[in-house]
Amino acid sequence: MHDAKYIVPGLVAFLVLITLPLWYNAAMGRSAVGPTLQYPEGESQCVLPKDEMKGEHMQILDDWRDEAVRDGERYYVHPDGTTREKSLTNTCLGCHGDRAQFCIKCHDYAGVKPYCWDCHIEPERD
Amino acid sequence: MNVLFSLLAVGVLIALGYLGGQVAGLRFVFGVVIPYAAILVFIAGLVYKVIYWAKSPVPFRIPTTCGQETTLPWIKSSTLDNPHTTLGVLGRMALEVLFFRSLFRNTRMEIKEGPRVVYGENVYLWAAGLAFHWSFLIIFIRHFRFFTEPVPGFILAMQYVDGFMQIGVPVLYLTDLFLVAGLTFLFIRRLWSPQLRYISQAADYFPLLLILGVALTGIWMRHFTKTDIVGVKELAMGIVTFSPMVPESVGSVFFMHLILVCSLFAYFPFSKLMHMAGVFLSPTRNLANDNRMVRHVNPWNPEVEVHTYAQWEEEFKDKLEAAEIPLDKD
Repeated sequence: MHDAKYIVPGLVAFLVLITLPLWYNAAMGRSAVGPTLQYPEGESQCVLPKDEMKGEHMQILDDWRDEAVRDGERYYVHPDGTTREKSLTNTCLGCHGDRAQFCIKCHDYAGVKPYCWDCHIEPERD
Repeated sequence: MNVLFSLLAVGVLIALGYLGGQVAGLRFVFGVVIPYAAILVFIAGLVYKVIYWAKSPVPFRIPTTCGQETTLPWIKSSTLDNPHTTLGVLGRMALEVLFFRSLFRNTRMEIKEGPRVVYGENVYLWAAGLAFHWSFLIIFIRHFRFFTEPVPGFILAMQYVDGFMQIGVPVLYLTDLFLVAGLTFLFIRRLWSPQLRYISQAADYFPLLLILGVALTGIWMRHFTKTDIVGVKELAMGIVTFSPMVPESVGSVFFMHLILVCSLFAYFPFSKLMHMAGVFLSPTRNLANDNRMVRHVNPWNPEVEVHTYAQWEEEFKDKLEAAEIPLDKD
């Protein structure tokens, strides 16, 4: 092997970089398992089934914002016939009151920073 | 033919991924076994190939110069395009690796009325290549959010800048756009010109279509057919912490994305994609042009018995003196 003094350090640097998650996670010592959520007591039904909410909640919130703020359509009719207000603070946080126990858990785990809280504030609870 | 074959190969891979996500017994194979195998093939193949290359000796400097060589002090030399120092070589390599400087010099030739040959600049290949490579690198690093817990701050910062326009939710990443645009250009470029199409092999089309497939399935999963992102991270974290698991909630679209990524990794060491490592070993780029300053001796030259003039003079000294021929020694 020629020029080993350049090529071997180069290869080692590449191997360290490509395996960085192994060392990082070993050093951090976190488990691979995702967060467990605290679901609201008393309520069994969100505005859509759980699996749909998982994938679509951000789109729903975005649509709700546009419909409520721009078009003045402030109410959502649930498939079961009941009506909910299109409101993050009143409807969403009404049940999922503690966002540290709900929103933030998955978002932190997945490395997602939603910009809801650039404008909204968390309502104070008793 | 070449392009259809490549398209078919990518299509088969996507179908396999779909199958792997649907059939309960295959989910572990496609979610854990194949990724491990692909990563191993990638690392072992890449190291093997670089060491194999390193066995080729490069005893002499191979200067392909694009500027004035360093000579007399009053002739201005081109220190980056024709470096004679290690520092200059580092500069040339950095520009090559980071900004594809030699591709920037790409020219096009046309035959105009006359007939008259006209040369012009052609930066489109360079621009599309640069957009594609940088976007791909940023996207690759961004994916570390699935492989690290907690997610390091610089990755969050990178995501923030990449999604700065806040278009839609989840926000559109600009690098996704640049990646697809760059790849589309590179693909159509091969189909467009008959000359280029004639010299294009399946090995040229396949990587382009494969990476395009990776990008499109990824974008599809992010913006259209959503899958459980927490489950995806659990799967990815399971791989890098050696506690593999395949959560039920991870959908088929993810398995299509994953099989394409695994194919890319496994295919990498055996393909033209190895230019990632090869660019660092380019003798025309990484050697200083110091042939006129340093004597480079071929290390495997056989020992040659030489009889120097000094030795010859010593041998015939008395005869030279007798003939009154002046000696070098005096």
